[in-house]
Amino acid sequence: MKKSYKIEVDCANCANKMEEAAKKTAGVKDAVVNFMALKMNVEFEDGADVDAVMKDVLKNCKKVEDDCEIFF
Amino acid sequence: MTKKQKKVLIRIILTAVMMVVLMIAYRLLGEEGTDSLGNTIQAKVKEPVWFILYMIPYLTIGYDILKKAFKGILNRQVFDENFLMAIATVGAIAIALVNKSGDYTEAIAVMLFYQTGELFQSYAVGKSRKNISDLMDIRPDSANLETDGDVISVDPDEVSVGSIIVVKPGEKVPIDGVIVSGRSTLNTAALTGESIPREVSEEDEIISGCINMTGVLRIRTTKEFGESTVSKILDLVENSSSKKSRSENFISRFAKYYTPAVCIGALALALIPPLFLLIGGKDPMWGSWVYRALTFLVISCPCALVISIPLSFFAGIGGASRAGILIKGSNYLEAAAKIKTVAMDKTGTMTKGVFEVGSIHKSCIDNDKLLEFAAHAECYSSHPIAKSIQRAYLSGMLWRVDVVTGEAFPVPDEGRKSDDPSRIIDKSRVGSVEEIGGNGVVAEVDGSKIAIGNNKLMDHLGIEFSECHHTGTVVHVAIDGKYSGHIVISDVIKPSAGEAVSRMHRAGVTKTVMLTGDAQNVAEAVASQIGIDEVLSELLPGDKVNAVENLLSEKGKNEVLAFVGDGINDAPVLSRADLGIAMGALGSDAAIEAADIVLMDDDPLKISKVINIARKCMRIVYENIYFAIGIKLLCLVLGAVGIANMWLAIFADVGVMVIAVLNAIRALSVKRL
Repeated sequence: MKKSYKIEVDCANCANKMEEAAKKTAGVKDAVVNFMALKMNVEFEDGADVDAVMKDVLKNCKKVEDDCEIFF
Repeated sequence: MTKKQKKVLIRIILTAVMMVVLMIAYRLLGEEGTDSLGNTIQAKVKEPVWFILYMIPYLTIGYDILKKAFKGILNRQVFDENFLMAIATVGAIAIALVNKSGDYTEAIAVMLFYQTGELFQSYAVGKSRKNISDLMDIRPDSANLETDGDVISVDPDEVSVGSIIVVKPGEKVPIDGVIVSGRSTLNTAALTGESIPREVSEEDEIISGCINMTGVLRIRTTKEFGESTVSKILDLVENSSSKKSRSENFISRFAKYYTPAVCIGALALALIPPLFLLIGGKDPMWGSWVYRALTFLVISCPCALVISIPLSFFAGIGGASRAGILIKGSNYLEAAAKIKTVAMDKTGTMTKGVFEVGSIHKSCIDNDKLLEFAAHAECYSSHPIAKSIQRAYLSGMLWRVDVVTGEAFPVPDEGRKSDDPSRIIDKSRVGSVEEIGGNGVVAEVDGSKIAIGNNKLMDHLGIEFSECHHTGTVVHVAIDGKYSGHIVISDVIKPSAGEAVSRMHRAGVTKTVMLTGDAQNVAEAVASQIGIDEVLSELLPGDKVNAVENLLSEKGKNEVLAFVGDGINDAPVLSRADLGIAMGALGSDAAIEAADIVLMDDDPLKISKVINIARKCMRIVYENIYFAIGIKLLCLVLGAVGIANMWLAIFADVGVMVIAVLNAIRALSVKRL
């Protein structure tokens, strides 16, 4: 399943870091951060609990870039 | 400016003011030395106080950086730019403390410039992002829904299929539909980039995103908003920058190694030369080397690079979408810059795909009479050829193609009155109609038996016919079993096809190939007229894929083969080619799905435009990569040998970013390409 989320982040490099962090989160098959549109497209693994996974994604993103936000 | 940016701006101003005040105060009250008489002047205010005073502006401007750096260390994310700035400034303060120089201004200034740079970056990027998105924003805000004779304004999302919406002059059509009443002129500029007005009236299909120019239209929606053309286009453009190009990936990878590498370099610079000096029995000059190492760190922020590359692509894709060209990803834009071979379909791509009666030969009766019989015999058929015969009869015009320009124009047929209003197709004159297996029709018109069709039909009926040496589709007509002549129908070459091919060559295309299912003589005639290098004709749909595969194996490694088609029946070929370009896609979902690049209208000139937009964008991308990396390397070297101080380092960092961002914005203008 694929979902798109609005995000807030200040610099392009930080967006790249968020992408890396999101990709490494359990339950996420693939993630792409689009800095220009300020969007994160997440592809979840089958049967993943979207809300729980997104909480982890946000937690992991906060680790690499404190100043970021994902709206879900 | 956002709230966040305003807050930073206030902090910058506060810090700058405090710093100036402190510098003046230090001059007056803090300096020690000797006066002209040799007496020692004691500072009126002494050291720990200055340190505390200077820490106020430092923390005002840098507290968030220090906090982020600290958190970064806790999360084991060292080597980001916050860490760099924290180390550099804390280091500078430490040097000032050790040297007892009392010069804390440098640390504050570095932080100040860094924050100013960051502020500018976020402002410039935010601004350009907004500019580009605004340009592409063809999203309608509301729809006027008609309910029980009342018209209310609602969110387009809430309109269900089959509702009646009202579009007033000057408004955008919000949802795809069919006109129920009203007639108007539409401007499709937002979709196609060309403002050629389109006339519409009742029963016409209408596409969202067009602007209604003149009359009020009532439209019955045929799609939901989310499925309408305008939503599809927006979706496509917004997601396009998610498909990253190789240059973007290169920069992300580069940034990943660059910062740690610079940090290690800085550490080496701080430790190795002083140790050597120490071993050599000289003054190790710790302070000076640590300072150089700190300068090194300041230069290492990779943001200028990381921001300008995706911004360039975003601007390029945005500019293209304004010209009616949808590019589905940065990677496709990158590929389009390297197009060397263009394979294209004939019908609908280089020709209009609209058949017109070109000439009538060997007619033993009046041309007009022949057309009249033919048009009536075919009156129940909706086949394009039948339609063209009916059109030719009704208009009294034949089509001639200008050999020089390739332009087709209607000419009155000699011996026929072209403006005869009594010319109608009267179905009551037609008796029984029999279709003969895709080869033609035998119909009774005015009591005569009219056979109309191709060679096979004539053979089938045992009628002798004369071959035609003209290019085009030949339709024979026999009246009561007697051969009466044939009608030559030709597809009309698009007026700009010839120019399009020569522009493609000018844009760096080395080979143009036409793939068509049409007969060899027709294909070759078209190809030679518009200047195509190679023709592969009489191909079945499957053969086109094979032909493209052959072409793919012939081309060089770094060259790109693009296939241009109408996207309707050549989807497999579009996906097999390196780059699939669909044209005339306005209103065709299949084409938008299948292709990598979508031309909203059917003008073949857009093919070279795509290449030129892509080349300009890639040129800007490379300019930015070389420029930013070059300046950074130069500053790193200057910093290492001690020529560049921290101020220059900051200027280089921020300056490079500003220039790179401004350069990236240039990709947006594609008008004259």
